[in-house]
Amino acid sequence: MLLIHCPYCGEDRSELEFRAAGDAHIARPANIAAISDEEFADYFFLRDNPKGLIYERWRHIHGCGRFFNAVRDTVSDKFVMTYKAGEPKPDLSPAPGVAPALPADSRPVETYEATEGRAE
Amino acid sequence: MRKYSVFAVAREAMRAHKGWEAQWTSPEPRSQYDVIIIGGGGHGLGAAYYLAKEHGITNVAVIEKGWLGGGNTGRNTTIIRSNYLYEESMDIYEHSLKLWEGLSQELNYNVMYSPRGVMMLSHNIHDSQVFKRHIHANRLYGIDNEWLTPEQAKDYCPPLDISASARYPINGAALQRRGGTARHDAVAWGYARAASDRGVHVIQNCEVKAIRRGPDGAVTGVETTKGFIGAKKIGVSASGHNSMVLAMADVRLPLQSNPLQALVSEPLKPIFPCVVMSNTVHAYISQSDKGELVIGAGTDQFNSYSQTGGLQIITHTLDAICELFPIFRRVKMMRQWGGITDNTPDRSPIQGVTPVPNLFVNCGWGTGGFKATPGSAHLFAHLIARGEPHRLAAGLTLDRFRTGRLIDEAAAAAVAH
Amino acid sequence: MTGANRIAGAGRLTPAKTARFSFDGRSYTALAGDTVASALLANGVHLMGRSFKYHRPRGVVSAGPEEPNALINVSRDTARSQPNVRATVQEVFDGMKVGSQNRYPSLSFDLGGVNDALSPFFAAGFYYKTFMWPKQAWASIYEPRIREAAGLGVSPTEEDPDHYACRYAHCDVLVIGGGAAGLAAARAAALSGASVILADEQPELGGALHFDTGAEIDGQNGYAWAQKTARELVGMENVTLLSRTTAFGYYAQNFVAMAERVTDHISRPEANAPRERLWQVRAKRVIIATGSIERHMVFADNDRPGILLASAARTYLNHFGVAVGRKVGVYTAHDSAYEAAFDLKRAGVSIVAIIDSRMRPGEGLLEQARSLGIEVFTDHAVIATSGRLRVASMTVVPNGGSAKRKFTIDALITSSGWTPSVHMFSQSRGKVAYDAATGRFLPGHYVQDCVSVGTCNGTDDLQAILEEATAAGVKMAAESGHDGAAAATPAGRNLFAWTGGMAGAAYGAGPDDSVKAFVDFQNDVCAKDIRLAVREGMHSIEHIKRFTTNGMATDQGKLSNLHGLAIAAEALGRGIPEVGLTTFRAPYTPVTFGTLIGHARGDIFDPTRKTPMHAVEEANGAAFEDVGQWKRAWYYPRAGEDMHAAVNRECRTVRTSAGYFNASTLGKIEVVGPDAAAFLNLIYTNSWDTLKPGRCRYGIMLREDGFVYDDGVVGRIAEDRFHVTTTTGGAPRVMHHMEDYLQTEFPHLDVWLTSTTEQWAVIAVQGPKAREIVAPLVEGVDLSNEAFPHMSVAEAKVCGVPARLFRVSFTGELGYEINVPADYGAAVWEAVAKAAEPFGACPYGTETMHVLRAEKGYIIVGQDTDGTLTPDDAGLAWAVGKKKPDFVGIRGLKRPDLIREGRKQLVGLLTKDPNIVLEEGAQIVADPNQPKPMTMLGHVTSAYWSENAGRSIALAVVAGGRAKLGQTLYVPMPDRTIAVEVSDMVFIDKEGGRIHG
Repeated sequence: MLLIHCPYCGEDRSELEFRAAGDAHIARPANIAAISDEEFADYFFLRDNPKGLIYERWRHIHGCGRFFNAVRDTVSDKFVMTYKAGEPKPDLSPAPGVAPALPADSRPVETYEATEGRAE
Repeated sequence: MRKYSVFAVAREAMRAHKGWEAQWTSPEPRSQYDVIIIGGGGHGLGAAYYLAKEHGITNVAVIEKGWLGGGNTGRNTTIIRSNYLYEESMDIYEHSLKLWEGLSQELNYNVMYSPRGVMMLSHNIHDSQVFKRHIHANRLYGIDNEWLTPEQAKDYCPPLDISASARYPINGAALQRRGGTARHDAVAWGYARAASDRGVHVIQNCEVKAIRRGPDGAVTGVETTKGFIGAKKIGVSASGHNSMVLAMADVRLPLQSNPLQALVSEPLKPIFPCVVMSNTVHAYISQSDKGELVIGAGTDQFNSYSQTGGLQIITHTLDAICELFPIFRRVKMMRQWGGITDNTPDRSPIQGVTPVPNLFVNCGWGTGGFKATPGSAHLFAHLIARGEPHRLAAGLTLDRFRTGRLIDEAAAAAVAH
Repeated sequence: MTGANRIAGAGRLTPAKTARFSFDGRSYTALAGDTVASALLANGVHLMGRSFKYHRPRGVVSAGPEEPNALINVSRDTARSQPNVRATVQEVFDGMKVGSQNRYPSLSFDLGGVNDALSPFFAAGFYYKTFMWPKQAWASIYEPRIREAAGLGVSPTEEDPDHYACRYAHCDVLVIGGGAAGLAAARAAALSGASVILADEQPELGGALHFDTGAEIDGQNGYAWAQKTARELVGMENVTLLSRTTAFGYYAQNFVAMAERVTDHISRPEANAPRERLWQVRAKRVIIATGSIERHMVFADNDRPGILLASAARTYLNHFGVAVGRKVGVYTAHDSAYEAAFDLKRAGVSIVAIIDSRMRPGEGLLEQARSLGIEVFTDHAVIATSGRLRVASMTVVPNGGSAKRKFTIDALITSSGWTPSVHMFSQSRGKVAYDAATGRFLPGHYVQDCVSVGTCNGTDDLQAILEEATAAGVKMAAESGHDGAAAATPAGRNLFAWTGGMAGAAYGAGPDDSVKAFVDFQNDVCAKDIRLAVREGMHSIEHIKRFTTNGMATDQGKLSNLHGLAIAAEALGRGIPEVGLTTFRAPYTPVTFGTLIGHARGDIFDPTRKTPMHAVEEANGAAFEDVGQWKRAWYYPRAGEDMHAAVNRECRTVRTSAGYFNASTLGKIEVVGPDAAAFLNLIYTNSWDTLKPGRCRYGIMLREDGFVYDDGVVGRIAEDRFHVTTTTGGAPRVMHHMEDYLQTEFPHLDVWLTSTTEQWAVIAVQGPKAREIVAPLVEGVDLSNEAFPHMSVAEAKVCGVPARLFRVSFTGELGYEINVPADYGAAVWEAVAKAAEPFGACPYGTETMHVLRAEKGYIIVGQDTDGTLTPDDAGLAWAVGKKKPDFVGIRGLKRPDLIREGRKQLVGLLTKDPNIVLEEGAQIVADPNQPKPMTMLGHVTSAYWSENAGRSIALAVVAGGRAKLGQTLYVPMPDRTIAVEVSDMVFIDKEGGRIHG
């Protein structure tokens, strides 16, 4: 069970209080009525499915009720950060030559299941 | 390939089983193949087998990042059934079920297909409306599926609690008698052995790092941890990792990878004769030949590649199982695990061409991939060999997300009023 | 005397307290504190079980949770019958009944033992190669036989009467394991001021100190130090010490699940005491101090009863005061077995010989053995044993030689070394690393906020362990924000190093592939099986595991995994780390389903939602149906009525007089704010700007993909206030859907959403007499058609209670829906009932509601639509605002497949024979004679006997349905084909006059 920081309540709370709500930063097109079938399919169906950091939405449904955004590592399930809806997408990619902003153990370099059956 | 039989086993018993040969070879990759299949699960190995057997294409490699059958093939709860609602689904799952029925003989490998019946419990009027819609559709399509009263359901599965005082009482059930289970590892191994025998290369511990394309955009091969391997055609069948593999060819698909958990109990003497599922309380259960209760849990709500999942998912499933079967409360969980399912928006698979020439995809089987293994593999081989889908898989194209012609089995079971 | 093998003066149990128990019907005496295993051993019983596959007689191997053989059934009564209990863990209580498992007719004579004779046929994976002929025989003949022979214990057959508890807990530092390391770490963390939970699986703390009487800490016996430290910890306010508690699962973000055994060791537990308790602990830091597990030696016939681990023999002697035999042989590759031999010898047990596979045992051991008069054979091997139900001899040769010596023995203790328990570390997703120098897998790369200490971390010397553990306790406390008083590190001294030994097959396992040298006892996996797997091309350890089933038994390979790995590595010609480990998964030891379930059973499994009028309805004899979590009144049978008769009467009554209906479960959302109408314009397909306060409109809501998502009547209470109703099942997801759009897509709109589903009780009064029934109860509203026409809403008082009164109808009759605060629901319901009585009106349930609305062609979203229908498919195109620039679903609706010809459309169906009621879900075809697979045009969504129409009616979705009006189609049923005519959807009052009353 995950532990999730609600940026509105300022509390770490159990996953049971939250509902996942899919990818973040996918804006509904302002001119939605006018977009093509392909554009609509992209908007409505296509999602990133990264092995590593994912930008996603959660709702503190059994708490303050607010939707917010989170950055989570889909390999370790560890949250890197959460932030309020409407705030810009944080840039977590390291600048060239600079060490990554993430703690070493949350970097998606090695996967758990890739090492299953292979000890180091 | 040395044929397996009771006589062969008896002969080997006399000489301490010294005579068995490797079930599949582990060759070094050639520089060029006609077809490379990425993903050494049941679907990929099966597709390679059918390419060789039915399409005469034997210069084939199956490339597997880890050990074959190690993904969802080896992590599922082995349920087989074909009583789906939509014709697209019935076509492919019934095709698969028919292949299951003869698969042990086809592969000369006992995959232990056991048609002990899959019973789906109905708990309310809405459930029964939905199930009857399935039953009638199945019947007119030539697929067995029948309605049972609660008493008949109890006869079929004695541990079931059908008392009216249950929190979710049972008002009937839909039973597909030809449904059942099979031995998951045996499917992967049986296909690997049969494919290897026909010249297919099964290459394990080889991770694809990039997909190479020529000036015309068509695929030319893959970069792997064992170097570049050329291919005229590539089929991708990597279950939870399909998104990652396809991204190497700049193909984005509407897929999400979610953890799906399962657990087994300690072994018990035979107590549970069939497979029982309940969508309303989210649980499915059967008993393995070893005696373990095999219990499928739900999907975690978020994307993850962790091959694990929250304890609360497991406990909720056990809550439900023990409501349906109160005698199991003292039974103990022996092992829990997770797999990564790749899910499409309509929870039906995508099998078809991609925007990249000669790159084919078989993905999005979600929680239903094991039962589809022979059928999917058979049709995927057709797709790769002919460059266009088989009639039975024609509806599974990517284009349906543009047109809106979805195959949404879950939507057909809409929530009640 | 509590058994011939109890050694006077040995062990820690007091002879004063005894308990009686039975094993396979025979009565035995135990001492308080005995496990079933120690008590049986005290009575000279080694034979405790049968193996899984070959049904070989088996004795106890271990003294802990790793036990693969001694699995028993424990019962208090028939309902409390517990299979697959480890005799080495289960404490004896007075009156317990113990039974052996997996044998017929008896443990000493088991017909299943024939499998052992046939074992040459039953090599690993043999079942994949046979049982394929004839085709159907697998399921009908072979599989049932295999299943009967397999399995271990017998499932309970009655519902478990015990109950289980659960607790969530938070702490700074969780310490898993209460041996020397865990105790020292917990003490250090606690003294620093951190809140600490220490969990240990045994009844008393101490871990290996239970048997290792050579260990000294702070000048006293290690076990005594452990008890003293435990008492100190119990006395600290910031410490929770849990014994009999197994940490079994390590999940994401330092979430650890533990099972506490509360009453399984008590003869007469208090009635309100839970049997077990699930702890779910979120710890800031975790210290893993899980120790090590001894491995057995792998050699021919190493599975006979009486052959057990050296540390187990030592535990039985030093803790329980039980000698495992009188003439004991020792076979070892590790120094620790010498300590066991010495302890036994000092207790008066004859040590026949120590057979050491190594050339050179540890320093001083040979001298010590000599001084005790024990003969030691180094560089020797045990190559055979004898004895059917108890080991009787061992045959010894020099390693690589053939000169045999046979020794008569009645027990054989073995050790090949110790495997660090990295289970919890590995479950935390840390990666283990192979330490080539010591041949062990140890914690390598950490992923979570935890640390391993003690022998599970590869630390061998007791002083080093105590230092490491104390430092870890201080560090973990500091990292969780506590840096109080530092604890002094205890001083410790021990006699043997935990490292060393061997993994894999000993010389006595042969190269000969007919030798049965067991690696995994329970699953009968021998060294030769692993070699066979490799021969057959299984080169991955996961393949080897699955092919042989090594490590897949109830002990999950605690003894066997490393041996299996070493044998596989040898057969593959690769190093152990290249072959790798299989994955450690939860649970560490098996966990009772009931423990995981806790309180979530019966009514607490899932909440039942009841309306405010539930009790009144119940008193009136209503039958209820489940709709989601709700209990809804289904129909109100009167004396002598079946459901059919009741529903017919209710239907008739509503259309001739009136009826009243509990509509409280309808979802309700209050939409308030200056932009409320603008918001609804975006959420619904309809337009809301034109709706005047005091008026209502039926709205439909789509998902972005254009399919009907929900529907309901929306009333405009004021310019900036709407009363939205949703379907019963849809209420939570509609609320979520609206919040989603409001918060994330349309945050510029000034609107507030409040779920009011449970705030309002709703009574629908429907029928020609509705006004006459309702009017006397209402204050402040003129109910005349002119003042309060169909689709009106007003705030009023009903029975003196503030209410919202709607003039709406889901029956096609004149109708009102009275919304009153939930607390008044029952009272107003009864007032309505009283007012209705003079008119002969009656309450009606959901079934009548369904029939009445179907008579008028009103759809139910979720029954007549299913998530694949557009508004046009459902005949609701009129409700989609053609001029609206935007609403959710506007683009999805226009996709190619949603506007194509021939889509399925909702229509009415009339059976040619008016007395036949179609079955809901039945499929519709044009050509009933078409061979299967038939072309299905659609299905029946609703079908009823309409008492008012005097015939059956149905709604259905049919491909191109509206163009087929008047055509004949067919509904093929198993026993007959029913001809139907496609009709419109209105079966009563086609002109629609009645609704305007």
